[in-house]
Amino acid sequence: MNKLNQLFENKKNNILSIYYTAGYPSLNDTTKIAMQLQKSGVDMIEIGFPFSDPVADGPVIQKSSKQALDNGMNLKLLFDQLAEVKDLTIPRILMGYINPVLSFGVGEFVQKCAEVGVDGVIIPDLPLEEYAANFQPLFEKYGLHNILLVSPETPDERIKEIAKLSSSFIYLVSSNAITGSSLQTNAVSEYFNRVKSLVGDTPLITGFGIRDRKTFQEVCAYTNGAIIGTAFIDAITGKDNLDSAIDDFVKGII
Amino acid sequence: MLQIKSIADERGYYGKYGGAWIPEMLRPNIKALEAVYLDILNDAGFQKEYMELLADYTGRPTPLYFAKRLSEKYQANIWLKREDLNHTGAHKINNTIGQVLMAEKLGKKRIIAETGAGQHGVATATVCALRGLECVVHMGALDVERQAPNVARMEMLGAKVIPAKSGNQTLKDATNEALRDWINNPSDTFYIIGSVVGPHPYPEIVAHLQSVISAEIRKQFLEKEGKTDPDYIIACVGGGSNAAGAFYHFIDSDVKLVGVEAAGKGLHTQEHAATINFGREGVLHGAKSLLIQDDDGQVIEPYSVSAGLDYPGIGPLHAWLHDSGRAQFVGASDEEAMEAAMELTRLEGIIPALESAHAFAALKKIDFKPDEHVVINLSGRGDKDMSTYLKYL
Ligand SMILES: Cc1ncc(COP(=O)(O)O)c(C=O)c1O
Repeated sequence: MNKLNQLFENKKNNILSIYYTAGYPSLNDTTKIAMQLQKSGVDMIEIGFPFSDPVADGPVIQKSSKQALDNGMNLKLLFDQLAEVKDLTIPRILMGYINPVLSFGVGEFVQKCAEVGVDGVIIPDLPLEEYAANFQPLFEKYGLHNILLVSPETPDERIKEIAKLSSSFIYLVSSNAITGSSLQTNAVSEYFNRVKSLVGDTPLITGFGIRDRKTFQEVCAYTNGAIIGTAFIDAITGKDNLDSAIDDFVKGII
Repeated sequence: MLQIKSIADERGYYGKYGGAWIPEMLRPNIKALEAVYLDILNDAGFQKEYMELLADYTGRPTPLYFAKRLSEKYQANIWLKREDLNHTGAHKINNTIGQVLMAEKLGKKRIIAETGAGQHGVATATVCALRGLECVVHMGALDVERQAPNVARMEMLGAKVIPAKSGNQTLKDATNEALRDWINNPSDTFYIIGSVVGPHPYPEIVAHLQSVISAEIRKQFLEKEGKTDPDYIIACVGGGSNAAGAFYHFIDSDVKLVGVEAAGKGLHTQEHAATINFGREGVLHGAKSLLIQDDDGQVIEPYSVSAGLDYPGIGPLHAWLHDSGRAQFVGASDEEAMEAAMELTRLEGIIPALESAHAFAALKKIDFKPDEHVVINLSGRGDKDMSTYLKYL
């Protein structure tokens, strides 16, 4: 069983996943941040590979992506960095847009992910139909999980379809918004319960708008855990001591 | 209008290009549009209102003008399709009138658009004023500075212009911001896209709405020359909407179709917007097409003296027309476009938009026979480009 399924087997609630951008703030911070997140008690990490045109992201992640690109980050380098880390045991996911993946070569990308211990990927602009038509066999061959998004406007039938295609968890987008927007918890309970009733045992992890202990706990009341991105990037931006900034942030959540 | 069917297949593909590569958050809106666009376009009431507005509001049909002195110079029969005579000064309004009617049918109250040079923004702000709808135009912060007169026009028309401060702050980033706006405001907002780009069904919708250009060319050419088909159709290509409209009804004919891309400082430099000539397959703004990008799949900011042509992608229809050999695409540099603009101005008394001037630069690149008929789509007028022209003079 791979690390991702293992995690959901062992832990049902309050799963904390942290998103950060590879190559930010500095090119070689990628693995340092991963190790510190693990040490501070995070359950899984999502490493963003930067793209020049991140349409689903707000200003904070846009900026970190641009900085990472300016620093020289690319997929090849990211795989090299990930190949170096030996003591990382928590699941790790790559998140990014489809064009760098197409440019790298989908087959090569999937193979590299498997090689360096990446458990799954989230590609917001790879829709279900394209995945099923052209990508799924490759992903399955290498045991790589494709994590699909559900948003408040996703129809019931499609949510069921997404659940069927999900081999690990579903990324539940908290509201119709880009990353970095604020969470409207009063509106989400009906939505969360509707999705839960449609997906069977598939774990749900909520993302977008989670930024502190309060919002983390609010969504964890409904779903298995949450992903924090923008607030984390904010917390490490401009910090001299990354390790303590990371530790402080994580301790503020769990 | 003719009975409308799609050129793309049911998944929105032209050959291997197209599709709807969009985040889940945009899907409900795109699906809703896909479900109704053909019905709306074919609806008798819609067609009546659209054609009436094109006739009485924008002044269609635009003339097909025989350019006598230009013809003498190039030893061929050169005709100009006068899209520059449309209300607001370019072909862009053919599209915005159609899309604003569509937005009304879908019950949307807030209109958003992206714009580069500001022509599509002005055309959108215009139809929003006409229909009493809220209008928000995303425009790269750099373009807001470079195209101040069009910003003033949009604001006078009641639109809110939001400078896009992300990325390189030009058209590509304005489009990103418009998409983000739509993700954030899914229920009340309609996105009027300005060219044959974006996720399916947008390339289809925009091509259909611009196809009035080639429908008129056929009719007018028949009246003047006793046959529907000229030998050549030439149009400039940014995203590709005026070219798509000018090619549309000739795609299944023997007419030679020529698209002209901005070669900027020259195809031997890095500074151009020649997507067909230099692009690689990729996905941007929801469609798979050709894309100017680096080896890592990062989009490269294109360059052209003309703000309406510096888009790093191209409509999937054109990528397909190119791959299949049905259309030919050539590049025209800043310098060549400037010369062509001067030539048209002095020979025919018409100051073209800098974008359109690129189409005229192709005249020097093709060997015409004296009895051949060439239609150039004069997509817009040059008022907006006077400061650039003055610098060149
Ligand atoms: C006059 C004119 N022609 C052409 C274009 C390029 O767009 P497209 O290739 O979609 O026709 C523009 C864009 O702003 C324009 O203003």
